Amino acid sequence: MKKYLLPALLSAMLVACGSTGTSTDSAAGVSDAGVGVATVTAPGMSGSGIAALTDPNNILSRRSVYFDFDSFTVRSEFTSLVDAHARFLAQNPDMRMLIQGNTDERGSREYNLALGQKRAEAVKQALLLLGASESQIESVSLGEEKPRCEEATETCFAENRRADMLYSGEF
Amino acid sequence: MTMLNKLKTLLFAGIALLSMAAHAQLAIEITGAGASRFPVAIPIFENEGALPRAVTDVVRADLERSGLFNLVDLGLVALPESVLPDLANIRSRGADAVLTGSVVAQSDGRFDVRFRLFDTQRQTELGALAIRMAPAQYRNTGHRIADFVYEKLTGQAGYFSTRIAYVVKSGGRYELQVADADGMNPQTALVSREPIISPSWAPDGQRLAYVSFEAKKPVVYVHNLPTGQRNVLANFRGSNSAPTWSPDGQRLAVVLTKDGNSQLYVLNSDGSGARRVTSSAGIDTEPFWSPDGEWIYFSSDRSGGAQIYRVSVNGGTAQRVTFQGNYNVSPRLSSDGKSMAYITRNEGRFQVAIMDLATRQTTVLTNSNRDESPSFAPSGRMILYATESGGRGVLSAVSSDGRIKQKLSIQASDVREPAWGPQPRF
Repeated sequence: MKKYLLPALLSAMLVACGSTGTSTDSAAGVSDAGVGVATVTAPGMSGSGIAALTDPNNILSRRSVYFDFDSFTVRSEFTSLVDAHARFLAQNPDMRMLIQGNTDERGSREYNLALGQKRAEAVKQALLLLGASESQIESVSLGEEKPRCEEATETCFAENRRADMLYSGEF
Repeated sequence: MTMLNKLKTLLFAGIALLSMAAHAQLAIEITGAGASRFPVAIPIFENEGALPRAVTDVVRADLERSGLFNLVDLGLVALPESVLPDLANIRSRGADAVLTGSVVAQSDGRFDVRFRLFDTQRQTELGALAIRMAPAQYRNTGHRIADFVYEKLTGQAGYFSTRIAYVVKSGGRYELQVADADGMNPQTALVSREPIISPSWAPDGQRLAYVSFEAKKPVVYVHNLPTGQRNVLANFRGSNSAPTWSPDGQRLAVVLTKDGNSQLYVLNSDGSGARRVTSSAGIDTEPFWSPDGEWIYFSSDRSGGAQIYRVSVNGGTAQRVTFQGNYNVSPRLSSDGKSMAYITRNEGRFQVAIMDLATRQTTVLTNSNRDESPSFAPSGRMILYATESGGRGVLSAVSSDGRIKQKLSIQASDVREPAWGPQPRF
């Protein structure tokens, strides 16, 4: 059931990011007439520019792979998702991907960073098996540091045991 | 009202005032104390009023907070170090030791603080010292006097002049801060919108290595505290984390994933010469250098659950160190190399434990649920760690025998990732 919520969550996140950036920039724009203000866009604001990656009706807009507790195995329900991204990468050899592994908040921060790395690496290996190339993908970990859900409940823990796939322009 | 209670009231009133003035101040609460406290008298020093604040207030607060001393009130009478006090009389009033002293103005605007410590039972002098200081240095001077008293009376080096580093999270803002060991004088070394974890003190007490996520992935930096200059130590493909310094400060151990899973590497303090130390199929992380420079202790899932191992700095076969339970992580050794503090999981609760490395005997020191990141004071008696209280992160300290407990907290902020700094050099 969780997976049907993802496109909505993702687009909500993108909208939130966009509005934050705009309000900050316009606040800085209050100045004397004639004094130019150059807008600097931080990395991650531009997006990939490819509609398929954000179209909620396209499987490529789904970016998260979820894991069981203490597990690093890509569950079979995510095979079609990983396969779609692997084919997209193979067809677009200039496209780069950053995979960020995440964990729930229980336990040591550094140990969780290593667990998140295992999750990111598992997704990377699956993508490589399905046709993506090594040079396109970097797998990293955010450990327990960037939880999507911040309550100490099993639902939240499950939401945070996850690897996210980001394309060029999104990180 | 006894003097002790007066002191306590003054102490807490002082902390409350300071908390309001600077909301980021760490407030310290003693939540446990030694079974028998040593009775000591610290009367005011002669001419102490010439300083911005009384230096003996700092000494009393330090000794009180250690949980090892009971402060005996001799009244508001200054006992200068130049006069032999009536030790029998002081003993009859309940103090087994007394500190006498005076503050003497110098022609250059500085002050000499001279003091002498006596054993009232044996009627002998335990030592004397003079410290020259600028008026604004009264806190540092007080910490050094407290270190002197602590060392003479307990036989162990004091830790009141040390500093601690920790991370404060407030909304979406992360601050790496450095404060005195009593939580006073907090200073911010780094502000970021992305997480900061794993601060590690260089042995010189001037530099911190840490992991910052400002590049959307973990990267290790070395940060010079006095100058604010920061250099990237490790930014390889994949994740870079868990820095720890060699005892001579020349090298660091880090965790890199450039060759697959998280593995241990050693590199020079300028980031050059990365050399792989472990080669396992799973996770090797949280390195900590033994004080003799020979071993790196670390956590690994090579046998299934998380356990602590050690490996020679030159590589080779790792030796397993922990065997009880199925989750033992975050090894940190005392400066004498005899004890290892770590985090163990008991029925879903994460707690600070200590192992005697010679006998392998282990003791769980806390009764909390969410302990993380233990680190020893340089003298080895106290262990600083992060835990949770009232739904937010706080710092706590526990003595290595588990008897003395302190809680350090900042109102309305999450405090985490503490690291106790080295003994300063004067």
